Amino acid sequence: MRTAMANRLTPYMFMAPAAIIMAIALMYPLGYMVWGSFRDWNPSQTIGEAEFVGLKNYIFLWNDPNFHESLGVTLRFAFFVVTIEMVIGVGLALLLDREIRGISLLRTMFILPMMIAPVVVGLMWRYMYHPTVGTFNRFLDSIGLPRVDWLGDYALTSVIIADIWQWTPFIFILSLAALQSLPRSALEAARIDGATGWQQIIHIKLPLMMPVLIVTALLRLIDAFKVLEVILVMTEGGPGLSTEILALRISRTATEFRELGVAAAMSNYLLILLLLLTVGMFAFNRWQEARAARLNALVEEES
Amino acid sequence: MPTIRLDNLVKRYGNVEVLHGIELEMAENEFTVLVGPSGCGKSTTLRMIAGLEDVSDGEIYVDDKPVSHLEPKERDLAMVFQDYALYPHMNVAQNISFALRLARRPKSEINAKVKEVAEMVGLTDFLGRKPGALSGGQRQRVAMARALAKDSGIFLFDEPLSNLDAKLRGQMRAELALMSQRVQKNMIYVTHDQIEAMTLADRIVVMHGGYIQQQGTPEELFKRPVNKFVAGFMGMPPMNFLDGALEERVGEIWVTGEGFDLKLSGEIAAKAKAHSSREVTLGIRPSDLSYDDAADPATALTLDVQVSEYIGAQSVLLCKCGSAQVMVEVNSESPVALGQTLTFAVNQRGVHLFDRTTENAL
Repeated sequence: MRTAMANRLTPYMFMAPAAIIMAIALMYPLGYMVWGSFRDWNPSQTIGEAEFVGLKNYIFLWNDPNFHESLGVTLRFAFFVVTIEMVIGVGLALLLDREIRGISLLRTMFILPMMIAPVVVGLMWRYMYHPTVGTFNRFLDSIGLPRVDWLGDYALTSVIIADIWQWTPFIFILSLAALQSLPRSALEAARIDGATGWQQIIHIKLPLMMPVLIVTALLRLIDAFKVLEVILVMTEGGPGLSTEILALRISRTATEFRELGVAAAMSNYLLILLLLLTVGMFAFNRWQEARAARLNALVEEES
Repeated sequence: MPTIRLDNLVKRYGNVEVLHGIELEMAENEFTVLVGPSGCGKSTTLRMIAGLEDVSDGEIYVDDKPVSHLEPKERDLAMVFQDYALYPHMNVAQNISFALRLARRPKSEINAKVKEVAEMVGLTDFLGRKPGALSGGQRQRVAMARALAKDSGIFLFDEPLSNLDAKLRGQMRAELALMSQRVQKNMIYVTHDQIEAMTLADRIVVMHGGYIQQQGTPEELFKRPVNKFVAGFMGMPPMNFLDGALEERVGEIWVTGEGFDLKLSGEIAAKAKAHSSREVTLGIRPSDLSYDDAADPATALTLDVQVSEYIGAQSVLLCKCGSAQVMVEVNSESPVALGQTLTFAVNQRGVHLFDRTTENAL
């Protein structure tokens, strides 16, 4: 009797350390944030001293044009970054999925940007975008073209380019792994059936890679909504609000404007957005598993 | 449908040569089976014909036109793969019609073709299913239907039945034989299973170690193997081999070895007389030995029966002849008890002799 009980408890005991750490490091601050978002809270006050204001912070943000602007920047940034990275990453994977001399070295080089700390990436690109001494403008000078005000007139584009440089490799390696796990014989059958290289990509490779691509895109999307360091270092959100993505606005609201309650409410909006994406991802996975299970059941029923 | 000719076909992977100059001609509408143990080069040969592997040296001719520089799709062929190679994201109808859709044939023609081949392989009720929702046998049929729909002159099979269970394999083998009679095409079939080869082939090509060992009708290969490898590979249960020496005694030629002394007569005796070397291997199929107490000891083997494997109407006796093992196929009704030493008459027409060093038949 007692052993049976102990046996049943064993898995929970193994999980307990992780669960406790999760509770302390994740659930507690999260709860704190949600609680704080209902208060008019200044950094000089403890949370208990702050006045409870209900949904005031949320309603304020709902009508705040600056918040809208920031949300718009974030959505635009995430959309362009993920779309372009997907296209380039998958394209590169399709190109490099072959056996040529030095291919492994090439693949390693392609994933290097991903390994650099975001702050370093930001500094690197800020230097390269510098209006007078930056690499790009010096290059434009040398070939006789007019300079471009990278981080001024084209700030958002410039920031997007930097992010693409850093995160395309992520999509590249996942796509390459997906490609290399495709059934070789199906591709050979397609060649015999008369498919050209393009037709193989469109009719066989991409459809078969799709589950991996969807998950990859969602992961990148979630990441893109949270991006902070690179933009903070490159533009600090400027000029104006042109590159002030949500994460940056949250941090400024808390530190510069000293409105912890509003910052917390904004974080919650972002959290809800990310939760929706995550739930979407899980739903997609579940849907796929359910479909696979249904197919198996159908086969077993017949045999 | 076209003739195929392989001219001195060589395949190298780096410095390793795996096919050493294959010479082969396949006539119109012939069912050719390439058979051999794994690693013998049969699949590589097929894949070179398909265009999935590069030709290192030599040439492949289809109707006397060299094709080795052509892409698979330019070679007018269809192929059935061992793992079926279906497109998992397409349903059965889409799988079957893929090649036709790529070729931009009119819709009505595609639909008619899909219907026709689906009926032929019995898949009409499953056209809307994805491969994941089909059993192994059904998937195999889809692969077959997909190849049929292409209307190519050449049909390639790469071990198409080896992923199926034994019962289904037998059934599909019969269906395949029926289909090959109905559709007049040049078929090349690769297998490691000599029963498949025997039952399906117009012509069998036995390969071993990157060389063709022998080619001919199933009967030729079974009755007149050119060397010990082919003799041992074709036929189930396999041929018995006993090392011995040729001796001439008063005008008769005998083959003698540990535990046996056999007088030869007829054609094989003449061949043995003419042969220069005396060191030979005697080969006798289990079915060419028959239990006969009254047999003349000069044309019989005396064997210790050790194990009897009952397989229905027939039983296979595992016996000892000296230190060598000999299998005998007998009617299960034969009164044979284990542990006995019995006399088995040798069918002289079924006696094979192989040179011990070259392993070639005399």
